[in-house]
Formats: sequence, structure tokens, C-alpha cells
Amino acid sequence: MHGPARTTVVTGLLAASALALTGCGGGSGFDDGGGDGGGEGEATGGGLRVLIGSSGDAETDAVTQALAAWSEQSGTEATLSVASNLPQELSQGFAGGDPPDVFYASPEGLPGWAANGSVVAYGSELPNADDFYPSLVENFTIDDQFYCAPKDFSTLALVINTAAWTEAGLTDADFPTDWASLRDVAQRLTSTDRVGLTFGPEYQRVGVFMEQAGGGLLDDDGATAIADSPENVEALTFVKELLADGVLAYPSQIDAGWGGEAFGLGKAAMTIEGNWIIGALTNDFPDVQYRVIELPAGPAGQGTLQFTNCWGIAADSPNQEAARDLVEFLTSTEQQVEFTKAFGVMPSVESAAEQFSAEFPEQEAFIASADFATGIPPLQGFTDVVADFNGQIEALETGDPQQILAGVQTNLEAALGSAG
Amino acid sequence: MTSPDVFVPASLPTVPRRRRGGGVRGREAAAGWLFVAPMLVILGLFLVVPVLMAAWVSVSDWNGRGSPLSSSVGFVGAENYRDLVAGGGLATQDFGISLRNNAWYVFLVVPIQTALSLFLAVMVSRKVLRGRGFFRTAFYFPSVTSSVAITVLFLFLFSASGAVNRLLEALSVNGPNWLADPRGVVHVVLGALGVDAPAVLTGNGFVGIPWWQWVAGPSVAMCVFITMAVFTTSGTFMLLFIAALQAIAGDVEEAATMDGATSWQRFWHVTLPMLRPTLFTVITLGLIGTWQVFDQIYTGTQGGPTKTTLTPAYLSYQASFESQQWGRGAAIAFVLFAIIVVLTLLQRLILRERDTPPRRRRDVLVGVAGAGGARGAGGAPDAGAVAPTTGTEDRR
Repeated sequence: MHGPARTTVVTGLLAASALALTGCGGGSGFDDGGGDGGGEGEATGGGLRVLIGSSGDAETDAVTQALAAWSEQSGTEATLSVASNLPQELSQGFAGGDPPDVFYASPEGLPGWAANGSVVAYGSELPNADDFYPSLVENFTIDDQFYCAPKDFSTLALVINTAAWTEAGLTDADFPTDWASLRDVAQRLTSTDRVGLTFGPEYQRVGVFMEQAGGGLLDDDGATAIADSPENVEALTFVKELLADGVLAYPSQIDAGWGGEAFGLGKAAMTIEGNWIIGALTNDFPDVQYRVIELPAGPAGQGTLQFTNCWGIAADSPNQEAARDLVEFLTSTEQQVEFTKAFGVMPSVESAAEQFSAEFPEQEAFIASADFATGIPPLQGFTDVVADFNGQIEALETGDPQQILAGVQTNLEAALGSAG
Repeated sequence: MTSPDVFVPASLPTVPRRRRGGGVRGREAAAGWLFVAPMLVILGLFLVVPVLMAAWVSVSDWNGRGSPLSSSVGFVGAENYRDLVAGGGLATQDFGISLRNNAWYVFLVVPIQTALSLFLAVMVSRKVLRGRGFFRTAFYFPSVTSSVAITVLFLFLFSASGAVNRLLEALSVNGPNWLADPRGVVHVVLGALGVDAPAVLTGNGFVGIPWWQWVAGPSVAMCVFITMAVFTTSGTFMLLFIAALQAIAGDVEEAATMDGATSWQRFWHVTLPMLRPTLFTVITLGLIGTWQVFDQIYTGTQGGPTKTTLTPAYLSYQASFESQQWGRGAAIAFVLFAIIVVLTLLQRLILRERDTPPRRRRDVLVGVAGAGGARGAGGAPDAGAVAPTTGTEDRR
């Protein structure tokens, strides 16, 4: 690779790029049309493509059936694809100018797509817009625009192993109602081969204590970072004490992948999870008996976190009318009840809440928690801040809550600043 | 990954010179271009154009919608790069952490895998070894297995109550919770020795993280990946070394034995110098592969615990596809590219410097290089006093 060889390589490179660039300009179509070039080729007004990230066969089948029902009613074809990595496949669709028409969108992904105009804000145009839980609408409202219809949601509640509970000499009257009683029962439930309480080392769990203490990451209007508030320090200190006392352990410490697994294996007597744990317990640990109760109140009252997704509609979709019609159908009270029956999700409209409670009386606590639940704010960069926070929560037992929260505050302020 | 060996085709060098000759040779040039055209088109389309587009994205504010070449995408200069190395925010911190993690990974994996693969190659090349074929296959096996499968296997082996910890338990050692342990091993060792973080290291830093964190060492979780990398790639490189060992003529070894060299001296002064071109290849491939580690992280830990297995390649993916920061993702990829190129050049420089041996050893090396030239690997035909330098020079 000396002398002439090297120059030839450079010449070859240049020639290759020149060749390829002209070839590209000639017809590959990479640089034509920008955002709206992708739709052509498919007949406008044709079928809809729906992309979802599915929790399993039950969900896939239910959505497939719903799409078939809608197709019959509207005369428009709708095909379902299940993504193995939804954010990645959506990103590819948006970049290529040929995204699916309707898809699951998360509050984490939505801000980025809203900022670059990939999704349309259609929420307030839906006839049932007022029926959605207000806190869910907030999760999908950016700059006062209600972007997309929440498809369902879940909240966190306290799941208790009843066998361990009675074994420890506890009764229904002992269900924890505040932090002190939570600490007390956790201590009594802890034995040599079992911890009292477990949950994943992440903001998505620890956050409930921050809410109960009256803190949180953002203030009520989502414009100011309040991560380093004394309320949050109090919450993290409480969790740190539980860890230090050995009554709380993260799932990885007791050899489980997540809270539900640790709970099902009997390595923890209580866990803080959403209603997805019901299906997991039924499938993997059918013998475990449990009760679900609302989380205990903190110094500032009750609080929990909620998680949700919405039905996003792509701005590049050539078939906006049909897409909106489909979403309206999918979020209607009747259809949400169908989904609830099929795979146990909590409906996003208040008018279906009663039917959910009737269908799943043992999950009453989850739906009742909607009254005091806080969601993930739709803020670009929030995911990165939380990911960093989660890393430090893993090391909370040896960490300093004040210092951790100060770092989160800085990062959050930066994210708010760059999101403008 | 493909670039280093792709541009080697040797048909081109003579083309420009022939064209100057004109006449019949001019037509030869045209034919030459015709023959390489398909390759040039394929390379251009799948390598050069994507690379150029990524370079553009890294200096643009493209936000992931539509074509990066459309008119609405603006040029932002080095902003994405500045955010990465000097922004001081979360982006800089994450990038610094990923560089720290990967640097330790490279620092441990490359020497260990090179030494181990050479050792294995020498072992299975010994004529006295029975069942050589079996051992060669066994050592090579991890290399042909999918890295995802091996990662999953390692996740089970190193889980808190996995086989490794059971084994340690049998030896009355309390194993760590491998993949959930973010402690850096250097910190652990220093902590055990009672050394605390000196203020000069915690107060100052580089790329967003303090020096004390730079010297933390790989986390316990990262050590699992280090073990895995050594385990899977040693077989591949062993194969390269075996091929090189077979190319060393038996009479060289015989001659050295006649001169009274012990087996260690034969290895150190005869075999190893003759393996230098292969050594260069192995270390270069090792450097490139280890700086690009992605699939193990993606399937295994996604950067956890506490970001201690975050690598630049994974961070680039995460920034682009999950955070929609495409410019930053592309910038990370180019910084990574620069690191690999610089390290490869540095390595080349180091290996070349050793070409001029100290005086007292020259007599040994003359014999060696002369033999190397004689075996016809492009060495100088007159294997005399000048042979040592030209012989090795040409082989590289």
C-alpha cells in the first residue's frame, strides 16, 4: 500500500462515489419529494396499514378482529403488522417517507415525531374526545395540541401474596395505608428466603413514592423541572431506607427479571406493578394467590404512575380520513370493552370503566388508581433523562438522594431548554 | 467492518500508467474499467453513498422525517460533534461513559484474545498432540455460532444463581451478581486496598466524566462481555495463526535448533517475528471488532447496569432510533470511525518501529528473515545482509 497503490485507491474511491452518485440521481429516488414522496405508487384512498407492538397472540388476534370488523363496516381494507421493535420500524418508515398509516405511539416517542411533523394532531376532532381520562389526554398533548387518541392505559398498584400475608399473621385490616404501615408490613413479611417488597430499579416504579410525597419530575403544567425538590429527596430517602433495611430488594438482587417474576417465584411478598402482572401470573405462576390494593398514601396523599400508548396517525398517510375513522372505531366504548375482554387492558374512556370493573373485580384497584395517577410527560429528551436517573436508582442503596436528584434536575432543565 | 479489505483489488494500480501509453493499451484500460464497473457500482451504492449521506446527516439538523437531502434540512456545522465532546450535558456524559466502557473493553479483549489465540494455535500445531483435528474444531466452534445465541447462553451462565456462581459456591466463593453489578473492577480492587478517590481525580474530567470514573475499570457486568469476546473470537484468530505457522518452513526451526536455541528462544526469536504480519492482521481486526461491539449489548444488557455496558455503537443506535437525534447518532459513528483509524495507524507505527532490532540480536534475525525471503513471500531474491529489512517491509 505505498505510492501508486495508495493514489489509485483514492482515485478508485472518487470514481466510485461519482458513479454511484450519478446513478443515485438518475432514478433511485432517494432525493426526490422529501416527506410526501413515499405515498405514490399505492393508490390513494386504498387500504390502511396498521403497525403495532403486540404483547402476545391475544392482543394480535383482538386487533386483527377489530380491523376486520371495521373493514367490513367501512369497505376499506386494513392490514395489520406486528413490529418486533416498534420505535425502530416507525423511524425507518418516517425516514423513508412511507410510514404505516396508523400505529401505536408512546408518550416517549411522540414528542420527537411531533417536532418533525411525522404525526398529525387529530385528537380534539374525535367525537368521543371528552370521554378520555383527562390525565391521558395530557400525556398526548404537546403545545396545547391533543395529538392522538389514547388506546388504553395501566396504573401501578400494590400486589400482595395472600399466602405470605396470612403466614405472617396479617389480616385485611393490616393493608398498608401510609408509608409507616408499608414499612411495617414489609418488615413482617421479610424472612430468610423472601423479601417484603420488590420493584424494578427505575423511575417508572420509584416515581410513585415521589408522587405520594408531593414531588415528581415536572410541575403540574409540565414546564418546570422540580426533580431536586425536598419532597423527592424524602421519597428517595424512604426507598433507600427500605433497601438498607433489607425489606426491599430489586428483582435482579433476588435473581428475577422483573417484579412480577420475583413475586410469582415467592421471593418477594409484595410488588408494585401494573395490571400486566395478572396475565403473567396466570400463565407462569397459576398457583400463586394474590390481592391487588391501591398503593399506600404518602405525606402528600395518594399517588401512582400510569402508562399508556395512543393510536398515532402518520402525516404522510395518503388516507387521513379513513385513518381517523378507524381510530374512532377502535377507541369507541364498545370496541374498548372488546379489547378489555380479549387481553385485559384498561379502557381509556371513562364510560367503559364500569364494565372493566364488572369484568375484572379483582383488578378494581388498578382502575380506581386512575383518579390520582400521573403519566409520563410528552417531552423530547425525557427518556434520556429517565434512563440516566434509572442508572442511579440502581445504585441508590449507596447513593446520596440529594446528589442524584440534583443531577436529574440539571439534565431535565437542559431537556426543557432544548425542547423550547 | 468491510472497508479495510475491500479496496485491496490489485487490478487497478497500472491503469493510469497504461493509458499514457495510448494505442492498444488505451483499449486495455477501457476493458479494465468495464470489468471493475460492477464492483464500483455496488461499492458506491452500498458503501460510499451511505457513508457520504451519514457524514451529511452528522453535520445537519435532519430530524428523521423524509430524505436527509431535502431542502428543509439545514446545515449546522460541527454542532452535533460539539454537543458530544464539549456540550457538558447528558449527551456528552453518555458519550464519555460509552468511550470509557469501550476503551476498557478493547484494552482487555485485544491483548488477551491475541495472546490466547496464538497460544492455542501453537498448541494445536504441535505434531505430538493427539486429536489435533478435534481441538481445532472445538476451539473454532464458538466463532461459527451466532453471537446472539452465545449472549443468551452467557446471560444464563452468569445469572445470580447461574452455573458460574454455583461453581464458585462449591469453592466457597461468594460470586457477584455478574450482569447486575455496575462496580468497576479497578475501583473494587482499590477499595479493597483501602484507596479512596483522590480529589484531583474526582474534580477534573474528560468528555463529561471525572477522571476517577475513567479509571474505574470495566464493570463486573462488562467483564462478562470481555470473557465472552475472548471466548468467541479466539478461535477465529487461532485459525489465522495456524495458517501462518504452517507457512513457516520446518528447516527454519531445525536450523534454530542446530544453533542451540531452546524451545522458548525458538518461539520468541524465530516464530514470533515471522508471525508479525499475521499479528498485525489479528490486532487490527481485533481493534475494529471490539470498538464496534453492538449485538451483545443489544441482546444482553442494553447498556445497563448503570450504563456500564453502554458502547458508542449502541449509543449511536439509541440516539438515532430511540431519541430521534439522528445528527448526534451519525456524529457518534464518525467519531468511532476516527478512533479506529487512529488506533490502527498507531498500531502500525508501533509494529514498524520494532523492525530495526537492537544490534546484539541482529545476527539472529538475519537468519530468520533470510529464510523468510527464501520461502518466496515476496522477499528480496538476494537474501544477504540487506534482506532483513526489505524482506519484512515487503510482507507488510
